[in-house]
Amino acid sequence: MEDLVKARIKEVLKGDQNAFGEIIELYKDKVYQICYRMLGNSFEAEDCTQEAFIRAYVNIDRYNIDRKFSTWLFRIATNLCIDRIRKKKPDYYLDAEIAGADGLTLYSQIPSSGLSPDKKVESMELQDHIQQEILNLPEKYRTVIILKYIEELSLNEISEILNLPLGTVKTRIHRGREALRKKLRHI
Amino acid sequence: MGNQCDEKYVEYMHEYLDGDISIEHEKELREHLQTCSACKKQFEELEKTIALVQSTSHIQAPPGFTEKVLKNLPKEKKNVSIKRWFGRHPFLTAAIIFLTLMTTSMVSSWEQKNEQFTVTKHPDIIIENNTAIVPEGVTITGDIVVENGDILIAGKVEGNVTVINGKVIEEKNGGESYLASAGEVTGDIEEIDQVFEWLWFQIKSTMQKILEH
Ligand SMILES: [Zn+2]
Repeated sequence: MEDLVKARIKEVLKGDQNAFGEIIELYKDKVYQICYRMLGNSFEAEDCTQEAFIRAYVNIDRYNIDRKFSTWLFRIATNLCIDRIRKKKPDYYLDAEIAGADGLTLYSQIPSSGLSPDKKVESMELQDHIQQEILNLPEKYRTVIILKYIEELSLNEISEILNLPLGTVKTRIHRGREALRKKLRHI
Repeated sequence: MGNQCDEKYVEYMHEYLDGDISIEHEKELREHLQTCSACKKQFEELEKTIALVQSTSHIQAPPGFTEKVLKNLPKEKKNVSIKRWFGRHPFLTAAIIFLTLMTTSMVSSWEQKNEQFTVTKHPDIIIENNTAIVPEGVTITGDIVVENGDILIAGKVEGNVTVINGKVIEEKNGGESYLASAGEVTGDIEEIDQVFEWLWFQIKSTMQKILEH
């Protein structure tokens, strides 16, 4: 698959936008999945996924063709997600959004936000509950847990994507697992 | 971690879950889990946690996503179309290179220029030790050319950035390097390090002028 991808990228470098369409087809679900799990709602996830592909296209001549393309692409996507998370200041933002409009904001999508705690547990499906606990992780643990257990990437690949030493990735995965364990053990 | 045991056993659990536990550690862990219910419980909870995370269904990008992105891609980059034009017109290309060489007498001007740090003039660009800085929150409209120095972009540039004999420094954020989140540049970013690339840059600007007329 990497060979096919590299052949397409050479065409993209020559200016063929349709070749980039094939690249999008190959990776859109994986990138969307990262963004959705990181950001927690489908509108933002779609926007972020789109931005990741546009950035990859615009900067395609900075991609080193000897490396794995998905690593580079996932790096762009995770960086964009982290930027968005850091810019968001979640609590303040959520309150402002909910108070401001008639409930039909992007953020009314987040399952937990407006509901009281006991209602939350009742109405939330198991899937949503797990997703919510992933979202509750600090962003640096959330990223590695998603890449490891949802994208099923190797620790080495994760360390390349995040540009972090392998030891740091391991520590973050350990802490992420422990944090999730405490939240999910009673299920 | 909620149990009284030596922390090494928790370490071993994580080594095991990462798939890089040594034979000795694994043996030690197994033996310990047979006698220690607290650790056994913690280990089972960890395994369950992983299984739960992995059980979340894989979601897909919304329908029509690819078409949408393709529609929003910027038009073909200028240099791509210029490079292609060169490919199609080898004779004219040679003529243009010749003319460019003649009119700008580049090689000698390359040698002269080689030392001095210069930046496209703009009141908002800060200069520090041969580095041009576009500060955060500042938007520069127009192209920037830096020679014999670097540029750090924390703000936004609405135009192309060209660095001759230097590099574009990516903004560091919390000690981690951020490839995609350096300040925003709406045009092309180019780094030119050698005489030949510089030549190419000169030819391209000449070409652009020709094509614009
Ligand atoms: Zn124990």
